[in-house]
Amino acid sequence: MAVSKRIVLHFPKRMVDRPIVCRLVKDYDLEFNILKASITPEKEGLMILELSGEQGEYDKGIRYLTKSGVEIQSLSQDVLRNEERCTHCGACITICPTGAFELDPITRWVNFHDEKCLACGLCIKACPPRAMEVHF
Amino acid sequence: MAKTIAEINEKIKQGKAVVVTAEEIIGIAKEKGIKKAAQEVDVVTTGTFGPMCSSGAYLNIGHSKPRIKLGGGRAYLNDVPAYTGLAAADIFIGSNALPDDDPRNKIHPGEFNYGGGHVIEELVAGKDIRLVATAYGTDCYPRKRLETWINIKDLNEVVLFNIRNAYQNYNVAANTSDRTIYTYMGVLRADLGNINFCSAGQLSPLLNDPYYKTIGIGTKIFLGGGIGFVAWHGTQHNPNVPRTENGVPTRGAGALCVIGDLKQMSPKWLVGTSMLGYGCTITVGIGVPIPILSEEILRYTTVTDAEIFSAIVDYSDAYPNLKPDILGEVSYAQLKSGKVTLQGREVPTASLSSYPRAVEIANTLKEWILSGKLLLTEPVAPLPGVESGITFKPLNERPIEE
Ligand code: SF4
Ligand code: SF4
Repeated sequence: MAVSKRIVLHFPKRMVDRPIVCRLVKDYDLEFNILKASITPEKEGLMILELSGEQGEYDKGIRYLTKSGVEIQSLSQDVLRNEERCTHCGACITICPTGAFELDPITRWVNFHDEKCLACGLCIKACPPRAMEVHF
Repeated sequence: MAKTIAEINEKIKQGKAVVVTAEEIIGIAKEKGIKKAAQEVDVVTTGTFGPMCSSGAYLNIGHSKPRIKLGGGRAYLNDVPAYTGLAAADIFIGSNALPDDDPRNKIHPGEFNYGGGHVIEELVAGKDIRLVATAYGTDCYPRKRLETWINIKDLNEVVLFNIRNAYQNYNVAANTSDRTIYTYMGVLRADLGNINFCSAGQLSPLLNDPYYKTIGIGTKIFLGGGIGFVAWHGTQHNPNVPRTENGVPTRGAGALCVIGDLKQMSPKWLVGTSMLGYGCTITVGIGVPIPILSEEILRYTTVTDAEIFSAIVDYSDAYPNLKPDILGEVSYAQLKSGKVTLQGREVPTASLSSYPRAVEIANTLKEWILSGKLLLTEPVAPLPGVESGITFKPLNERPIEE
């Protein structure tokens, strides 16, 4: 059976330069599509992949990633903004690796574009009034 | 054209006063000129909404039966310790206080999810708060333990008393080290990854009255969504810093100590705040009306973000080690553009203080004055100005020999 899933990979600092993802192709015959990649303030790698292949190989690929020290998170969680708590300060703007927050230059309201959000979770604790919430 | 506060109040009562915000006055003065604008406008309103750490509240909880003497004992509000060095039924909760069992920075950066600022927010929101207190017991105050829910509406006095708020200008924060640092100025990424600032700039109260010509002790203000007063100058009030030609300080300078009845305030304007890796605090809304008594006072209120400068300070070295070095000076107009060029690089900027909410405060204050809800007050005494000679002293450490 073929599967195709979207997952978030967190690479620890020491692994950022290693060609981990390429081995998924060579060893497990999986196909991947990088939807987004960036480096967090902690210098950890962050990558959103669409990964597809045969279920058995897919599972082995995931096991390989986990064993190598990559943390895997499925994209099923949702990050939402509690509009009542958000003060529109703007502290999140330089935190978000994908630019999901955008400042309106005239009103200075902070707009949250949730379609750009990859649920990396960085803004959750960096938002001073804790207006960003993870929902599962 | 000199006006008096009494004359302006008379106009407010007759519904004839002209009140504009510190943002609106910029365009008005440009269009009409300083002279005409000063004749026509009676009051300029300001506002600021940002984390202000030196904030707290005192509560008189009323006497229990039998009586307990909290003074000299211990008291906790929702597990957050309150100060008990006062009389039997008075306690003080500071915005930075943390539960004894909060892990703090044991796993760095600590999260600091709940502290004194959050207690104040919940108190003002009318939520029940858990008070747990212990005392040593005396003949007149025999009780040794108290555990009860309390609610703001049942308490005697609940007073917000912030000993340093509304800083006149503030450091702009950056990080030149090779690791992310977690500060009261927010998360600062390594290698000048971002720059954070915290001021309402052209709307900020003391930046519109740089020499404290109208704002003084006794000035009635917008505080936490209700009415409060300037009680004193803020701690670390430092009028003697470099200033631009228009009198605007280019460093943190003056500050206000403010007071007001918490019972008439709102959680919208007193928000419990968590600074990752640093601690808990509270975001406070403050707005001060400036009576336009002269052309000079009006001219000060026309200051724009492009004319207000501050120093970029390295929070990985200069700040913690109390070194005077700065990385450069920058205007709020540049900061608000979203990026600043520093050491030949474009660095993205972010704010910790909310400009849209500062605008809302200035507009609310304007409505209050127009509707006669708030009349202006004559200061009882001025804040110390440049002539006071006050400076901001570092601690003179004198080692204690055993
Ligand atoms: S940091 Fe939090 S409160 Fe500030 S604008 Fe972003 S989501 Fe809103
Ligand atoms: S979780 Fe927050 S920081 Fe991460 S992508 Fe979404 S909005 Fe940006």
